[in-house]
Amino acid sequence: MVPLWWSIVLGVALFVIGAGGVLLRRNILVVLMSLELLLNSVNINFIAFGHYYADSRGQIFAIFVIAITAAEVAVALGILVALVRNKSTLRADDVTLLKG
Amino acid sequence: MVQGLYLLFGAASVVTALILVLARNPVHSALALMACFLQVSAIFVLLEAPLLAVIQIFVYVGAIMVLFIFVIMMVDVREAVLQRFLPGSNLPALVLLVLLGTEMLVLVLWSGAFSVTPPPAGGEGIGLRQLGTTLFAEYLLPFEVTSVILLAALVGAIVLAQKEPR
Repeated sequence: MVPLWWSIVLGVALFVIGAGGVLLRRNILVVLMSLELLLNSVNINFIAFGHYYADSRGQIFAIFVIAITAAEVAVALGILVALVRNKSTLRADDVTLLKG
Repeated sequence: MVQGLYLLFGAASVVTALILVLARNPVHSALALMACFLQVSAIFVLLEAPLLAVIQIFVYVGAIMVLFIFVIMMVDVREAVLQRFLPGSNLPALVLLVLLGTEMLVLVLWSGAFSVTPPPAGGEGIGLRQLGTTLFAEYLLPFEVTSVILLAALVGAIVLAQKEPR
């Protein structure tokens, strides 16, 4: 049986890599893909703990996370297509209309 | 056997994730992310969650990545290939990341709660029947809310992506 801390360390590694992609990359497409990686590392943690405690709720929450991720990606890529049609840029630094 | 496979797939997923973040071309990033999702679904199989592994492949690799690649084809990424990417260009974010990673690793590895205690209920794992019963009896309201959210996202994506009548 796989020790629990292996899964947690794997989740931490993938989370840190994904957070690095979100914070360091300036390409909006790569930022969205790194966001997928973040949600996936959380799923690994859910399923590892559910497996460890023989509890089905971990898998159920992972199913919900996957569904919400699908919705998020559809809306985000719709926004991206509208943005490219209006401004024709993929750099996150060029989209500062709200002065955030 | 299972532990060796777990190490193999875990290392492969970390390597593909690094390729995802470091690749300059967004198409290479998308392919690396697809490979990473496949490794993670193999890890789900090793964690005795075969349903989640299949859902992972169907939804992530089958739907989400195809959506990403369609958008990459619609959008001109040649300019993005040319622009430089320096990992050290944003120093505060880098420091924040290193702090986050070390903090989580220290908390996990030094607490001892995750490595010493044996699993309390051994059992024979989670069956598909138990999973379905729990999902549709105990978590029926979140399930319905999720379906409404998916419908709203569907309508929102169509509205956002269509041409404005001007």
